[in-house]
Amino acid sequence: MTDATIAEICVGAVADTYLESGEVLAHAVGLIPAIGARLAKLTTAPDIVLSDGEAFFMAEPPALGKSAASGGVIEGWAPFRRIFDILATGRRQSMMGASQIDAFGNQNISLIGDWKTPKRQLIGVRGAPGNTANHRVDYWISRHSARIFVDNVDMVSGVGNDRARAVGDVLRFHHLGAIITNLCVFGFDADGRIMVKSVHPGVDPAEVERETGFTVDAQSAPLTRVPSDEELRLIREVIDPRGLRTREVAN
Amino acid sequence: MTDKTVSIAEAIAGIESGMTIGIGGWGSRRKPMALVRALAQSDVTDLTVVAFGGPDVGLLAAAGKIKKLIYGFVTLDSIPLDPLFTQARERGAFDIEEYDEGMYVAGLRAANQRLDFLPIRAGLGSDVLPANPQLKLVESPYSDEVYVAMKALPLDVALVHVNRADASGNAQFLGPDPYFDDLYAMAAKRTIVSTEKIVETNELLNEGSFHTLLFSRIYTSAVVEAPNGAHFTSCEPDYNRDEAFQKHYVASAKDPEAWKAFTERFLSTDEAGYHAAVAKFHEEAQA
Repeated sequence: MTDATIAEICVGAVADTYLESGEVLAHAVGLIPAIGARLAKLTTAPDIVLSDGEAFFMAEPPALGKSAASGGVIEGWAPFRRIFDILATGRRQSMMGASQIDAFGNQNISLIGDWKTPKRQLIGVRGAPGNTANHRVDYWISRHSARIFVDNVDMVSGVGNDRARAVGDVLRFHHLGAIITNLCVFGFDADGRIMVKSVHPGVDPAEVERETGFTVDAQSAPLTRVPSDEELRLIREVIDPRGLRTREVAN
Repeated sequence: MTDKTVSIAEAIAGIESGMTIGIGGWGSRRKPMALVRALAQSDVTDLTVVAFGGPDVGLLAAAGKIKKLIYGFVTLDSIPLDPLFTQARERGAFDIEEYDEGMYVAGLRAANQRLDFLPIRAGLGSDVLPANPQLKLVESPYSDEVYVAMKALPLDVALVHVNRADASGNAQFLGPDPYFDDLYAMAAKRTIVSTEKIVETNELLNEGSFHTLLFSRIYTSAVVEAPNGAHFTSCEPDYNRDEAFQKHYVASAKDPEAWKAFTERFLSTDEAGYHAAVAKFHEEAQA
Protein backbone atom coordinates (compact mmCIF):
# COMPACT_ATOMS: atom_id res chain seq x y z
CA MET A 1 0.00 0.00 0.00
CA THR A 2 1.47 3.37 -0.97
CA ASP A 3 -0.99 5.71 0.72
CA ALA A 4 0.33 5.41 4.28
CA THR A 5 0.69 8.79 5.94
CA ILE A 6 3.78 9.91 7.86
CA ALA A 7 1.77 9.54 11.08
CA GLU A 8 1.03 5.91 10.20
CA ILE A 9 4.66 5.24 9.28
CA CYS A 10 5.62 6.66 12.70
CA VAL A 11 3.07 4.36 14.36
CA GLY A 12 4.67 1.38 12.64
CA ALA A 13 8.12 2.47 13.83
CA VAL A 14 6.80 2.80 17.39
CA ALA A 15 5.33 -0.71 17.21
CA ASP A 16 8.72 -2.04 16.11
CA THR A 17 10.31 -0.86 19.37
CA TYR A 18 8.45 -3.68 21.14
CA LEU A 19 9.64 -6.53 18.87
CA GLU A 20 11.95 -7.97 21.52
CA SER A 21 10.28 -6.63 24.65
CA GLY A 22 8.43 -9.71 25.88
CA GLU A 23 6.22 -9.36 28.94
CA VAL A 24 6.82 -5.76 30.04
CA LEU A 25 4.66 -2.76 30.84
CA ALA A 26 4.58 -0.52 27.78
CA HIS A 27 4.49 3.09 28.96
CA ALA A 28 3.82 5.38 26.02
CA VAL A 29 3.46 9.17 26.30
CA GLY A 30 1.67 10.86 23.40
CA LEU A 31 -0.85 9.84 20.78
CA ILE A 32 1.44 8.24 18.19
CA PRO A 33 3.27 6.25 20.92
CA ALA A 34 -0.08 5.12 22.39
CA ILE A 35 -1.35 4.02 18.97
CA GLY A 36 1.97 2.30 18.22
CA ALA A 37 1.94 0.34 21.48
CA ARG A 38 -1.61 -0.83 20.80
CA LEU A 39 -0.65 -1.84 17.26
CA ALA A 40 2.30 -3.82 18.62
CA LYS A 41 0.01 -5.65 21.06
CA LEU A 42 -2.38 -6.58 18.24
CA THR A 43 0.43 -7.78 15.96
CA THR A 44 4.03 -8.58 16.82
CA ALA A 45 4.17 -8.11 20.60
CA PRO A 46 1.02 -9.67 22.09
CA ASP A 47 2.64 -10.15 25.51
CA ILE A 48 3.24 -6.47 26.30
CA VAL A 49 1.09 -5.03 29.08
CA LEU A 50 -0.92 -1.86 28.42
CA SER A 51 -2.26 0.57 31.00
CA ASP A 52 -5.40 2.67 30.68
CA GLY A 53 -3.31 5.67 31.70
CA GLU A 54 -4.88 5.64 35.14
CA ALA A 55 -4.63 2.81 37.65
CA PHE A 56 -5.45 -0.28 35.59
CA PHE A 57 -3.84 -2.74 33.18
CA MET A 58 -6.12 -3.69 30.29
CA ALA A 59 -6.15 -7.20 28.82
CA GLU A 60 -7.09 -5.76 25.42
CA PRO A 61 -5.84 -2.51 23.91
CA PRO A 62 -7.87 0.19 25.65
CA ALA A 63 -9.69 2.84 23.63
CA LEU A 64 -7.57 5.94 23.09
CA GLY A 65 -8.02 8.42 25.91
CA LYS A 66 -10.58 6.26 27.74
CA SER A 67 -9.85 4.82 31.16
CA ALA A 68 -11.01 1.46 32.52
CA ALA A 69 -14.20 3.18 33.66
CA SER A 70 -15.42 3.12 30.05
CA GLY A 71 -15.29 -0.67 29.79
CA GLY A 72 -12.80 -3.31 28.81
CA VAL A 73 -11.16 -6.18 30.67
CA ILE A 74 -8.98 -5.22 33.63
CA GLU A 75 -6.06 -7.57 34.19
CA GLY A 76 -4.18 -5.68 36.87
CA TRP A 77 -4.21 -2.82 39.35
CA ALA A 78 -1.27 -0.47 39.17
CA PRO A 79 -1.72 2.79 41.04
CA PHE A 80 1.21 5.21 40.81
CA ARG A 81 3.08 3.64 43.71
CA ARG A 82 3.24 0.30 41.89
CA ILE A 83 4.57 1.96 38.75
CA PHE A 84 7.68 2.98 40.69
CA ASP A 85 8.05 -0.57 41.95
CA ILE A 86 7.65 -2.01 38.44
CA LEU A 87 10.19 0.30 36.86
CA ALA A 88 12.74 -0.57 39.54
CA THR A 89 12.39 -4.26 38.60
CA GLY A 90 13.09 -3.38 34.96
CA ARG A 91 9.83 -4.84 33.66
CA ARG A 92 8.85 -1.70 31.83
CA GLN A 93 9.64 0.15 28.61
CA SER A 94 8.95 3.85 28.21
CA MET A 95 8.52 6.10 25.22
CA MET A 96 8.82 9.66 26.43
CA GLY A 97 8.81 13.06 24.76
CA ALA A 98 11.63 15.59 24.99
CA SER A 99 12.08 19.34 24.90
CA GLN A 100 15.77 18.89 24.08
CA ILE A 101 17.99 15.92 23.13
CA ASP A 102 21.74 15.98 22.50
CA ALA A 103 23.91 13.77 20.27
CA PHE A 104 24.30 11.12 22.99
CA GLY A 105 20.62 10.95 23.83
CA ASN A 106 20.64 13.11 26.96
CA GLN A 107 17.07 14.36 27.23
CA ASN A 108 15.58 17.42 28.93
CA ILE A 109 11.96 17.97 29.96
CA SER A 110 12.64 20.04 33.08
CA LEU A 111 13.33 23.65 32.13
CA ILE A 112 14.90 25.98 29.57
CA GLY A 113 17.77 28.16 30.72
CA ASP A 114 19.55 28.26 34.03
CA TRP A 115 18.65 25.99 36.95
CA LYS A 116 18.48 28.80 39.53
CA THR A 117 16.28 31.13 37.52
CA PRO A 118 14.97 29.32 34.45
CA LYS A 119 13.85 31.24 31.39
CA ARG A 120 11.00 28.75 31.14
CA GLN A 121 10.01 26.25 33.78
CA LEU A 122 8.69 23.10 32.10
CA ILE A 123 7.22 19.94 33.60
CA GLY A 124 10.25 18.97 35.73
CA VAL A 125 12.47 15.88 35.41
CA ARG A 126 9.47 13.73 36.44
CA GLY A 127 10.46 10.04 36.13
CA ALA A 128 13.11 10.43 33.43
CA PRO A 129 16.20 9.89 35.63
CA GLY A 130 14.73 6.72 37.13
CA ASN A 131 13.38 5.39 33.84
CA THR A 132 16.73 5.72 32.11
CA ALA A 133 18.51 4.12 35.10
CA ASN A 134 16.24 1.10 35.17
CA HIS A 135 14.83 0.03 31.80
CA ARG A 136 14.67 0.64 28.06
CA VAL A 137 13.63 4.13 27.05
CA ASP A 138 12.69 5.39 23.57
CA TYR A 139 11.74 8.91 22.57
CA TRP A 140 9.03 10.38 20.36
CA ILE A 141 9.45 13.81 18.77
CA SER A 142 6.46 15.00 16.76
CA ARG A 143 8.20 18.09 15.36
CA HIS A 144 11.80 17.35 14.49
CA SER A 145 13.80 20.59 14.72
CA ALA A 146 17.22 22.00 15.55
CA ARG A 147 15.65 23.58 18.64
CA ILE A 148 15.07 20.10 20.05
CA PHE A 149 18.16 18.27 18.73
CA VAL A 150 20.81 20.50 20.32
CA ASP A 151 24.51 20.35 21.21
CA ASN A 152 23.86 20.64 24.94
CA VAL A 153 20.63 20.19 26.87
CA ASP A 154 19.90 22.62 29.70
CA MET A 155 19.00 19.99 32.34
CA VAL A 156 19.78 16.31 31.83
CA SER A 157 16.56 14.58 32.86
CA GLY A 158 16.78 11.32 30.89
CA VAL A 159 20.37 10.07 30.97
CA GLY A 160 22.27 9.75 27.67
CA ASN A 161 24.79 7.12 26.63
CA ASP A 162 27.92 9.14 27.40
CA ARG A 163 26.71 9.98 30.91
CA ALA A 164 25.62 6.41 31.59
CA ARG A 165 28.97 5.04 30.49
CA ALA A 166 30.82 7.56 32.63
CA VAL A 167 28.84 6.46 35.69
CA GLY A 168 29.68 2.82 34.99
CA ASP A 169 28.29 -0.58 35.89
CA VAL A 170 25.68 0.62 38.38
CA LEU A 171 23.82 1.97 35.33
CA ARG A 172 24.01 -1.37 33.49
CA PHE A 173 20.22 -1.33 33.01
CA HIS A 174 20.45 1.94 31.07
CA HIS A 175 19.17 1.24 27.56
CA LEU A 176 18.26 3.84 24.98
CA GLY A 177 16.38 2.26 22.07
CA ALA A 178 15.14 4.45 19.24
CA ILE A 179 14.20 8.08 18.73
CA ILE A 180 11.28 8.34 16.36
CA THR A 181 10.47 11.69 14.79
CA ASN A 182 8.15 12.96 12.08
CA LEU A 183 11.15 12.85 9.72
CA CYS A 184 13.19 9.79 10.60
CA VAL A 185 14.14 7.04 13.02
CA PHE A 186 17.34 7.51 15.00
CA GLY A 187 19.35 4.76 16.64
CA PHE A 188 22.75 4.88 18.36
CA ASP A 189 26.14 3.84 17.02
CA ALA A 190 28.82 1.84 18.88
CA ASP A 191 30.03 5.01 20.58
CA GLY A 192 26.52 5.74 21.83
CA ARG A 193 26.07 8.63 19.41
CA ILE A 194 22.84 9.32 17.56
CA MET A 195 22.77 7.96 13.99
CA VAL A 196 20.07 7.95 11.35
CA LYS A 197 18.59 4.48 11.11
CA SER A 198 16.00 5.31 8.48
CA VAL A 199 14.38 8.28 6.81
CA HIS A 200 10.61 8.27 6.29
CA PRO A 201 9.46 7.83 2.69
CA GLY A 202 8.90 11.22 1.05
CA VAL A 203 11.21 13.08 3.46
CA ASP A 204 14.30 14.77 1.98
CA PRO A 205 17.40 13.47 3.83
CA ALA A 206 18.83 17.00 3.66
CA GLU A 207 15.89 18.18 5.79
CA VAL A 208 16.78 15.66 8.49
CA GLU A 209 20.35 16.96 8.51
CA ARG A 210 19.26 20.61 8.48
CA GLU A 211 16.73 20.16 11.30
CA THR A 212 19.20 18.32 13.55
CA GLY A 213 21.41 20.70 15.53
CA PHE A 214 24.42 18.38 15.44
CA THR A 215 26.02 16.46 12.57
CA VAL A 216 24.20 13.38 11.30
CA ASP A 217 24.39 11.55 7.98
CA ALA A 218 20.97 10.93 6.49
CA GLN A 219 22.04 10.44 2.86
CA SER A 220 22.96 6.77 3.10
CA ALA A 221 20.07 5.74 5.39
CA PRO A 222 17.40 3.35 4.12
CA LEU A 223 13.71 4.23 4.05
CA THR A 224 11.54 3.61 7.13
CA ARG A 225 9.26 0.65 6.53
CA VAL A 226 5.68 1.31 5.52
CA PRO A 227 3.02 -0.48 7.63
CA SER A 228 1.40 -3.51 6.00
CA ASP A 229 -2.18 -3.45 4.74
CA GLU A 230 -3.27 -5.28 7.88
CA GLU A 231 -1.45 -2.82 10.13
CA LEU A 232 -3.04 0.11 8.30
CA ARG A 233 -6.45 -1.48 8.73
CA LEU A 234 -5.86 -1.90 12.47
CA ILE A 235 -4.65 1.69 12.83
CA ARG A 236 -7.48 3.20 10.79
CA GLU A 237 -10.44 1.04 11.73
CA VAL A 238 -9.69 -0.45 15.12
CA ILE A 239 -7.26 1.66 17.14
CA ASP A 240 -7.73 5.21 15.89
CA PRO A 241 -10.91 5.44 13.81
CA ARG A 242 -11.30 9.13 14.71
CA GLY A 243 -7.92 9.96 13.17
CA LEU A 244 -6.44 11.51 16.32
CA ARG A 245 -2.95 10.66 14.99
CA THR A 246 -3.14 13.61 12.58
CA ARG A 247 -3.15 15.92 15.60
CA GLU A 248 0.48 15.05 16.25
CA VAL A 249 1.63 14.61 12.65
CA ALA A 250 -0.49 16.22 9.95
CA ASN A 251 -1.13 14.43 6.67
CA MET B 1 -11.44 6.13 70.82
CA THR B 2 -10.48 9.80 70.88
CA ASP B 3 -12.70 12.08 68.85
CA LYS B 4 -10.30 14.19 66.75
CA THR B 5 -12.91 16.16 64.88
CA VAL B 6 -12.01 19.84 64.46
CA SER B 7 -12.96 22.74 62.19
CA ILE B 8 -10.77 23.85 59.30
CA ALA B 9 -9.70 26.92 61.31
CA GLU B 10 -8.78 24.82 64.34
CA ALA B 11 -6.80 22.40 62.20
CA ILE B 12 -4.83 25.16 60.48
CA ALA B 13 -4.20 27.01 63.76
CA GLY B 14 -1.63 24.38 64.70
CA ILE B 15 0.55 25.16 61.70
CA GLU B 16 3.40 27.57 62.42
CA SER B 17 5.69 29.65 60.23
CA GLY B 18 8.81 27.79 59.14
CA MET B 19 7.26 24.33 59.30
CA THR B 20 7.69 21.60 56.69
CA ILE B 21 4.29 20.69 55.26
CA GLY B 22 3.64 17.58 53.17
CA ILE B 23 0.56 17.70 50.94
CA GLY B 24 -1.02 14.46 49.73
CA GLY B 25 -2.74 13.74 46.42
CA TRP B 26 -1.05 13.86 43.02
CA GLY B 27 -1.07 16.71 40.49
CA SER B 28 -4.64 17.94 40.29
CA ARG B 29 -6.08 14.89 42.08
CA ARG B 30 -7.48 14.49 45.61
CA LYS B 31 -5.65 17.52 46.96
CA PRO B 32 -6.68 18.80 50.43
CA MET B 33 -7.75 22.09 48.86
CA ALA B 34 -10.02 23.24 51.71
CA LEU B 35 -7.03 23.05 54.07
CA VAL B 36 -4.74 24.63 51.47
CA ARG B 37 -7.15 27.53 50.89
CA ALA B 38 -7.27 28.17 54.63
CA LEU B 39 -3.48 27.93 54.90
CA ALA B 40 -3.09 30.41 52.01
CA GLN B 41 -5.27 32.88 53.93
CA SER B 42 -3.48 32.42 57.25
CA ASP B 43 -0.62 34.49 58.70
CA VAL B 44 1.80 31.58 58.40
CA THR B 45 4.96 32.18 56.32
CA ASP B 46 8.25 30.56 55.30
CA LEU B 47 6.85 27.10 54.72
CA THR B 48 8.79 24.25 53.23
CA VAL B 49 6.23 22.50 51.04
CA VAL B 50 6.70 18.85 50.03
CA ALA B 51 4.35 17.70 47.27
CA PHE B 52 3.65 15.92 44.04
CA GLY B 53 2.26 19.30 43.20
CA GLY B 54 -0.88 20.64 41.63
CA PRO B 55 -2.90 23.79 42.39
CA ASP B 56 -1.98 23.38 46.07
CA VAL B 57 1.52 24.52 45.15
CA GLY B 58 0.18 27.22 42.82
CA LEU B 59 -2.10 28.73 45.47
CA LEU B 60 0.53 28.67 48.23
CA ALA B 61 3.12 30.14 45.83
CA ALA B 62 0.76 32.95 44.83
CA ALA B 63 0.01 33.66 48.50
CA GLY B 64 3.74 34.00 49.20
CA LYS B 65 3.77 31.20 51.75
CA ILE B 66 6.60 29.10 50.33
CA LYS B 67 10.22 29.46 51.37
CA LYS B 68 11.28 26.17 49.82
CA LEU B 69 9.52 23.72 47.53
CA ILE B 70 10.50 20.06 47.52
CA TYR B 71 8.74 18.35 44.63
CA GLY B 72 8.62 15.67 41.97
CA PHE B 73 6.61 17.84 39.59
CA VAL B 74 3.86 20.45 39.52
CA THR B 75 1.08 19.80 37.03
CA LEU B 76 -2.67 20.19 36.64
CA ASP B 77 -2.89 16.94 34.61
CA SER B 78 -5.37 18.00 31.93
CA ILE B 79 -3.42 21.28 31.74
CA PRO B 80 0.30 20.48 31.87
CA LEU B 81 1.61 23.47 33.83
CA ASP B 82 0.35 25.61 36.73
CA PRO B 83 1.12 29.24 35.77
CA LEU B 84 1.27 30.39 39.40
CA PHE B 85 4.04 27.88 40.03
CA THR B 86 5.98 28.51 36.80
CA GLN B 87 5.86 32.30 37.34
CA ALA B 88 7.14 31.93 40.90
CA ARG B 89 9.86 29.53 39.79
CA GLU B 90 10.97 31.76 36.91
CA ARG B 91 11.38 34.77 39.18
CA GLY B 92 13.24 32.67 41.75
CA ALA B 93 10.60 33.28 44.41
CA PHE B 94 11.70 30.36 46.59
CA ASP B 95 14.36 27.68 47.00
CA ILE B 96 13.68 24.38 45.34
CA GLU B 97 14.63 20.75 45.47
CA GLU B 98 13.40 18.96 42.36
CA TYR B 99 13.66 15.19 42.41
CA ASP B 100 12.94 12.29 40.12
CA GLU B 101 9.54 10.91 41.17
CA GLY B 102 11.03 7.64 42.44
CA MET B 103 13.63 9.53 44.46
CA TYR B 104 10.89 11.63 46.00
CA VAL B 105 8.98 8.50 47.09
CA ALA B 106 12.21 7.04 48.49
CA GLY B 107 12.61 10.23 50.56
CA LEU B 108 9.11 9.83 52.03
CA ARG B 109 9.75 6.14 52.73
CA ALA B 110 13.06 6.93 54.44
CA ALA B 111 11.30 9.48 56.64
CA ASN B 112 8.55 7.10 57.66
CA GLN B 113 11.13 4.45 58.54
CA ARG B 114 12.98 7.06 60.60
CA LEU B 115 16.09 6.60 58.45
CA ASP B 116 18.35 9.38 57.18
CA PHE B 117 18.20 8.11 53.61
CA LEU B 118 17.36 5.22 51.31
CA PRO B 119 19.59 4.10 48.45
CA ILE B 120 18.25 4.38 44.90
CA ARG B 121 19.63 4.09 41.39
CA ALA B 122 17.52 6.91 39.99
CA GLY B 123 19.33 10.22 39.58
CA LEU B 124 22.74 8.76 38.69
CA GLY B 125 24.10 10.39 35.55
CA SER B 126 21.35 13.02 35.49
CA ASP B 127 21.51 16.71 36.39
CA VAL B 128 19.33 16.10 39.46
CA LEU B 129 22.56 15.48 41.37
CA PRO B 130 24.39 18.74 40.50
CA ALA B 131 21.11 20.68 40.92
CA ASN B 132 20.75 19.30 44.46
CA PRO B 133 24.28 19.54 45.90
CA GLN B 134 22.97 18.44 49.29
CA LEU B 135 22.52 14.93 47.83
CA LYS B 136 25.26 12.45 48.58
CA LEU B 137 26.19 9.04 47.21
CA VAL B 138 26.53 5.88 49.28
CA GLU B 139 28.76 2.86 48.73
CA SER B 140 27.14 -0.54 48.92
CA PRO B 141 28.56 -2.57 51.81
CA TYR B 142 27.99 -5.70 49.68
CA SER B 143 29.51 -4.81 46.29
CA ASP B 144 31.36 -2.07 44.45
CA GLU B 145 28.12 -0.29 43.54
CA VAL B 146 27.50 3.32 44.47
CA TYR B 147 23.92 4.58 44.75
CA VAL B 148 22.21 7.88 45.38
CA ALA B 149 21.55 8.28 49.11
CA MET B 150 18.14 9.90 48.77
CA LYS B 151 17.75 11.95 51.91
CA ALA B 152 14.70 11.49 54.07
CA LEU B 153 11.86 14.00 53.71
CA PRO B 154 10.48 14.22 57.27
CA LEU B 155 7.40 16.41 57.71
CA ASP B 156 6.14 18.49 60.59
CA VAL B 157 2.59 18.28 59.30
CA ALA B 158 0.90 16.26 56.55
CA LEU B 159 -2.34 17.47 54.93
CA VAL B 160 -4.37 14.83 53.10
CA HIS B 161 -7.91 14.61 51.78
CA VAL B 162 -9.74 11.27 51.67
CA ASN B 163 -13.20 10.06 50.70
CA ARG B 164 -14.26 8.85 54.15
CA ALA B 165 -12.86 8.84 57.67
CA ASP B 166 -14.17 8.14 61.11
CA ALA B 167 -13.90 10.66 63.94
CA SER B 168 -10.77 9.04 65.29
CA GLY B 169 -8.94 9.37 61.98
CA ASN B 170 -9.13 6.01 60.23
CA ALA B 171 -8.84 7.12 56.62
CA GLN B 172 -10.42 5.51 53.57
CA PHE B 173 -9.92 6.07 49.83
CA LEU B 174 -12.68 4.93 47.44
CA GLY B 175 -11.12 5.93 44.12
CA PRO B 176 -8.77 3.90 41.92
CA ASP B 177 -5.52 5.27 43.33
CA PRO B 178 -4.38 5.82 46.94
CA TYR B 179 -1.55 8.04 45.64
CA PHE B 180 0.98 8.34 48.48
CA ASP B 181 -1.20 9.71 51.25
CA ASP B 182 -0.30 6.99 53.75
CA LEU B 183 3.40 7.72 53.19
CA TYR B 184 2.86 11.41 53.97
CA ALA B 185 0.93 10.46 57.10
CA MET B 186 3.69 8.14 58.26
CA ALA B 187 6.45 10.65 57.47
CA ALA B 188 4.80 13.42 59.51
CA LYS B 189 4.74 14.29 63.21
CA ARG B 190 1.11 15.39 62.83
CA THR B 191 -1.39 14.53 60.11
CA ILE B 192 -4.52 16.51 59.40
CA VAL B 193 -7.09 14.46 57.51
CA SER B 194 -9.85 16.28 55.69
CA THR B 195 -12.60 14.07 54.39
CA GLU B 196 -15.70 14.25 52.22
CA LYS B 197 -17.68 12.69 55.03
CA ILE B 198 -17.11 11.54 58.58
CA VAL B 199 -18.83 8.21 59.15
CA GLU B 200 -19.22 5.88 62.11
CA THR B 201 -16.41 3.35 62.34
CA ASN B 202 -18.85 0.51 61.72
CA GLU B 203 -19.95 2.22 58.48
CA LEU B 204 -16.45 2.37 56.95
CA LEU B 205 -16.96 -0.85 54.98
CA ASN B 206 -20.39 0.14 53.64
CA GLU B 207 -18.94 1.69 50.48
CA GLY B 208 -15.65 -0.12 49.92
CA SER B 209 -13.83 -3.31 50.88
CA PHE B 210 -11.32 -3.44 53.72
CA HIS B 211 -8.57 -2.87 51.12
CA THR B 212 -9.68 0.75 50.92
CA LEU B 213 -8.74 1.52 54.54
CA LEU B 214 -5.61 3.47 53.62
CA PHE B 215 -4.14 4.36 56.97
CA SER B 216 -5.00 4.05 60.63
CA ARG B 217 -5.83 6.60 63.30
CA ILE B 218 -2.40 5.93 64.86
CA TYR B 219 -1.07 8.42 62.29
CA THR B 220 -3.89 10.96 62.52
CA SER B 221 -3.95 14.05 64.74
CA ALA B 222 -7.05 15.83 63.49
CA VAL B 223 -10.06 15.10 61.29
CA VAL B 224 -11.93 17.78 59.37
CA GLU B 225 -15.21 17.15 57.61
CA ALA B 226 -14.91 19.09 54.34
CA PRO B 227 -17.46 18.09 51.70
CA ASN B 228 -16.14 18.99 48.24
CA GLY B 229 -12.90 19.72 50.07
CA ALA B 230 -10.71 18.65 47.16
CA HIS B 231 -12.42 21.00 44.70
CA PHE B 232 -11.41 21.82 41.98
CA THR B 233 -9.16 18.75 41.91
CA SER B 234 -10.70 15.30 41.51
CA CYS B 235 -11.94 13.12 44.36
CA GLU B 236 -13.12 9.98 42.62
CA PRO B 237 -15.65 8.45 42.89
CA ASP B 238 -17.31 11.31 44.78
CA TYR B 239 -16.58 13.78 41.98
CA ASN B 240 -14.33 14.40 38.99
CA ARG B 241 -12.05 17.36 38.49
CA ASP B 242 -13.97 20.58 37.81
CA GLU B 243 -12.35 21.16 34.41
CA ALA B 244 -14.26 24.35 33.66
CA PHE B 245 -13.17 25.88 36.94
CA GLN B 246 -9.59 24.68 36.51
CA LYS B 247 -9.52 26.41 33.10
CA HIS B 248 -10.79 29.57 34.74
CA TYR B 249 -8.08 29.27 37.41
CA VAL B 250 -5.35 28.91 34.77
CA ALA B 251 -6.65 31.74 32.58
CA SER B 252 -6.88 34.02 35.64
CA ALA B 253 -3.43 33.01 36.85
CA LYS B 254 -1.86 34.16 33.59
CA ASP B 255 -2.90 37.79 34.08
CA PRO B 256 -2.26 39.84 37.26
CA GLU B 257 -5.54 41.79 37.02
CA ALA B 258 -7.56 38.64 36.40
CA TRP B 259 -5.79 36.91 39.25
CA LYS B 260 -6.69 39.75 41.60
CA ALA B 261 -10.33 39.38 40.58
CA PHE B 262 -10.15 35.60 41.04
CA THR B 263 -8.68 36.04 44.51
CA GLU B 264 -11.34 38.52 45.55
CA ARG B 265 -14.15 36.40 44.20
CA PHE B 266 -13.09 32.95 45.35
CA LEU B 267 -10.31 33.11 47.91
CA SER B 268 -11.05 36.11 50.16
CA THR B 269 -13.78 34.16 51.91
CA ASP B 270 -14.26 31.07 54.02
CA GLU B 271 -14.89 27.55 52.71
CA ALA B 272 -18.67 28.00 52.52
CA GLY B 273 -18.21 31.29 50.69
CA TYR B 274 -15.83 29.63 48.25
CA HIS B 275 -18.33 26.91 47.33
CA ALA B 276 -21.11 29.47 46.98
CA ALA B 277 -18.91 31.50 44.61
CA VAL B 278 -18.08 28.38 42.61
CA ALA B 279 -21.78 27.50 42.33
CA LYS B 280 -22.48 31.01 41.06
CA PHE B 281 -19.60 30.71 38.56
CA HIS B 282 -21.24 27.58 37.10
CA GLU B 283 -24.69 29.17 37.05
CA GLU B 284 -23.31 32.09 35.06
CA ALA B 285 -21.54 29.74 32.66
CA GLN B 286 -24.86 27.92 32.10
CA ALA B 287 -26.76 31.11 31.43
